[in-house]
Amino acid sequence: MLRIFSAFICCLLAWQSIANGDVTLTKTSVSTSVSNDAELATLFKKLPVTKLSKMQLLIEQLSATKTPQVKQAFNYLLNGELYYIKANKQVVHAQINEDKKYALTDVLTNTPLDVVAKSKIRKIKTNNRLRGSLRSLLAQFDLTDPNKEIRIAAVKQLLDKPNQTGIDTITKLVKKEQDTDVRELMQVTLLVEQLLNGEHEEKLAAVKQLKTSLEPSVLNEMTNQLSKIAKSTSSTPLSVEDKALKVALEKAIADIDDRKGIFEFAENLFFGVSLGSVLLLAAIGLAITFGVMGVINMAHGEMMMLGAYTTYVIQQAFPQYIEYSLLMAIPAAFLVSGLVGVGIERGVIRHLKGRPLETLLATFGISLILQQLVRSIFSPLNRQVLTPEWMSGSWQINPIFSLTFNRLYIIIFSLMVFVALLMILKKTSLGLHVRAVSQNRDMARALSIKSDWVDAITFGLGSGIAGIAGVVLSQLTNVGPNLGQAYIIDSFLVVVFGGVGNLWGTLVAAMSLGAFNKFLEPVTGSVLANIIVLVGLVLFIQKKPKGLFPQKGRSAD
Amino acid sequence: MTTSTIKTDTSMNHSNNSAPNNHLPNNKPTFVQKLSELGSLRVVIGFLLISAFYVTFCNLVFAEGSFFHVSDYTVSLFGKYLCYALLALAVDLVWGYCGILSLGHGAFFALGGYAMGMYLMRQIGDRGVYGNPDLPDFMVFLNWTELPWYWAGSSSVFWMIAMVFIGPGLLAYIFGSLAFRSRVSGVYLSIMTQAVTYALMLAFFRNEMGFGGNNGLTDFKEILGFSLQEPSTKLGLFVATAIALAIGYMVSDFIVKSKMGRVVTAIRDAESRVRFVGFKPEHYKLWIYVVSAMLAGVAGALYVPQVGIINPGEFSPLNSIEMVVWVAIGGRGTLYGALIGAVVVSYAKTRFTAIMPEAWLFALGGLFVLVTLYLPKGIAGLLPNILNKKDSENEASDTDQSKESNNTSIEKSEASS
Repeated sequence: MLRIFSAFICCLLAWQSIANGDVTLTKTSVSTSVSNDAELATLFKKLPVTKLSKMQLLIEQLSATKTPQVKQAFNYLLNGELYYIKANKQVVHAQINEDKKYALTDVLTNTPLDVVAKSKIRKIKTNNRLRGSLRSLLAQFDLTDPNKEIRIAAVKQLLDKPNQTGIDTITKLVKKEQDTDVRELMQVTLLVEQLLNGEHEEKLAAVKQLKTSLEPSVLNEMTNQLSKIAKSTSSTPLSVEDKALKVALEKAIADIDDRKGIFEFAENLFFGVSLGSVLLLAAIGLAITFGVMGVINMAHGEMMMLGAYTTYVIQQAFPQYIEYSLLMAIPAAFLVSGLVGVGIERGVIRHLKGRPLETLLATFGISLILQQLVRSIFSPLNRQVLTPEWMSGSWQINPIFSLTFNRLYIIIFSLMVFVALLMILKKTSLGLHVRAVSQNRDMARALSIKSDWVDAITFGLGSGIAGIAGVVLSQLTNVGPNLGQAYIIDSFLVVVFGGVGNLWGTLVAAMSLGAFNKFLEPVTGSVLANIIVLVGLVLFIQKKPKGLFPQKGRSAD
Repeated sequence: MTTSTIKTDTSMNHSNNSAPNNHLPNNKPTFVQKLSELGSLRVVIGFLLISAFYVTFCNLVFAEGSFFHVSDYTVSLFGKYLCYALLALAVDLVWGYCGILSLGHGAFFALGGYAMGMYLMRQIGDRGVYGNPDLPDFMVFLNWTELPWYWAGSSSVFWMIAMVFIGPGLLAYIFGSLAFRSRVSGVYLSIMTQAVTYALMLAFFRNEMGFGGNNGLTDFKEILGFSLQEPSTKLGLFVATAIALAIGYMVSDFIVKSKMGRVVTAIRDAESRVRFVGFKPEHYKLWIYVVSAMLAGVAGALYVPQVGIINPGEFSPLNSIEMVVWVAIGGRGTLYGALIGAVVVSYAKTRFTAIMPEAWLFALGGLFVLVTLYLPKGIAGLLPNILNKKDSENEASDTDQSKESNNTSIEKSEASS
């Protein structure tokens, strides 16, 4: 068991280091070096003394430094807010206040300076030609930023609100662009521009090429064009060219819609599987305890809650290691919930053997006590559990389809837990004993298996897995005393639906319920989807009382 | 293993309810007979009516500040407890006598309550905030122009009374006929009932359902022309609840002692055997389940005017489980045990939540555990032990001793099973 656990942790560590690598990469590219700063300062010093005719060269040099200060300064210059102090030629940003005085800010360091009278400062002059080149330099600024994200954001902005300078800049830059993602986006932007303002042939060609793009604004522009054509037909008959364009547009829109449909399906499936994997984690512990001991543990949800609170406590105890907190929380939550589970089994459930309904009530009592305990210790309010950086963000596959990392990790993690549990049950001697007891308790005892011990360990294992589920839930929902209650009925239904004592059944049931729920949601809304699933399950159990995959053989009574 | 413990239950019950058929050879009044008197119909009904009369009398005759005065608040509190007692009776009927652990009786209670709430809502008439004579306030708020079809007739008392029975009864009939026919039983059935009430809770939370959504139905003005704010109306409701409880108790007692009731008890103890003998257990189960649901519905209907609100929270699974606890603590399988449990636990809840709210859930949870571990027959199971001790002190006859040893052996067998 330990070995499998350490395997988990290794895998998680590996992920994390990869994810971390990404982050640091982007970070270094943003930071500016010291030599750059010195160069910047000398260039800024030249601003007040340079003649208008030489200005062009200077601002090009300035823009080559690609620093945020320059970008800001250019904006000020365009708006006529860039001044220099007459006494020491320091370049400042000046803002006029109510008393007609000027509040100064140093452009280089962004530190506020004195408020002075107009006579102390002088405006840095520009002319129309200069302003034009300033604009295009500004447009280039983000478009040539070394950070890919910023470049993409800049192009996207242009795609949504095209302007002439921007388009011109892109036309120049598109050939030089190294990154395929950015280049494609630039091409799309140019094509949209072509569709809007080009000649007829160009328009047709643009439509043909844009068919493959999934950018939302592409679809927008196409529908706009189509409605424009439709509007013009009401007054004048359609020209041959317009007709061709209309057909092409309609076909392109249909194509895009088709592909969008596929990705929407994929997205629903992803959400469904991710919900399913949460259900799987929540239900799988229950499946073992119910399957082996025939005992319904109403405190199972509270075991999850304990796991979530363990995560919280670990984050509070080691605030400097938030990135690793989940990795620490997983074994800790397993231990905490598992030990509490063993305690419950030894203290209460053992004495209620063979009375499932009484066990249900007693464990419900325990769940109330645990809830109140947590409420007394941590306050009834929800606690904030932080998400490590490697869990946040998403994997953008195309403009309309992205997978969030936290859900992706959770799916993988829950499958790993599932496989680990399967291995424990199939390959270890403990698993052998557990299966033996679940199939025929008396016979197992006759073969010298300590069924009491097996019960305690099974219950501990089931509760421990619930604790792990709690760590996962802490990343998805609010961590509060009622965390477990929300999942308890669902996880029971998963167990019953899949067939008691059957781990594969639990997997299939969890995934199908999750997917079913998420596919219903867009049609009916989430609450009604929930109700439909519940009622459907209740009806299903009437048809097949032993679930999807009933246990076979003599033990299945 | 299940059957063995329940069997011991029955043997207790049997002796409780059928004292005249006592197999014991001597005719001295043993504790069993005393107990049968304690649990007998006459004693319970008498006690119920006398205490109801006492409360009424003290409320009306003695002035405020007098030692004997019972305040209006206490009257409506007792009224609430009696509703709970009726509800506990319903739960006991299916759980204690038929072995169906329903974790969804709150649904029937709430449905009865909603039937009453709809009627009370229509009684408000144009006195609502929006002053619409036909539509309740929340419908006006949602911009609805006419009543949904299922609100038709809700202004009539007879419709209300009919719905109090039909609503819960129909749900119980549909669910029960499906579940019992496919022989869903044990913990599966419990979870199913819980899922049903949970689904209903989600459904009633939706505004589109037309039952007031989150806020439920409230701001009632009057019932049958009597203002709900008047203390006399509250007293009247209390008396009505006491009478309803008395009738409910008599009906339950009659059912339990009837031939059908015997079959139901037999199903609890050995369903397969009953089936092999030639009965159809699912019919009997369905029948008692529907009766129990209707009783719960009546309890809900009486509860709503006394607390002045019904909202989807009543459907919450936690409520349903609390009802089961009343019965477990009071003693399942004895009708009076259910009453004792409901009143004692609710009273404890009122006191505890007033004095130290945090402790209540600890206490309730602890009660769950302790009662299931050490008091499988609840408070009603304690009484025979106490009486038994007195008996043996007084007489120390052979029969009693044998009975006592019998008793301990039963407990032993329980512990071992």
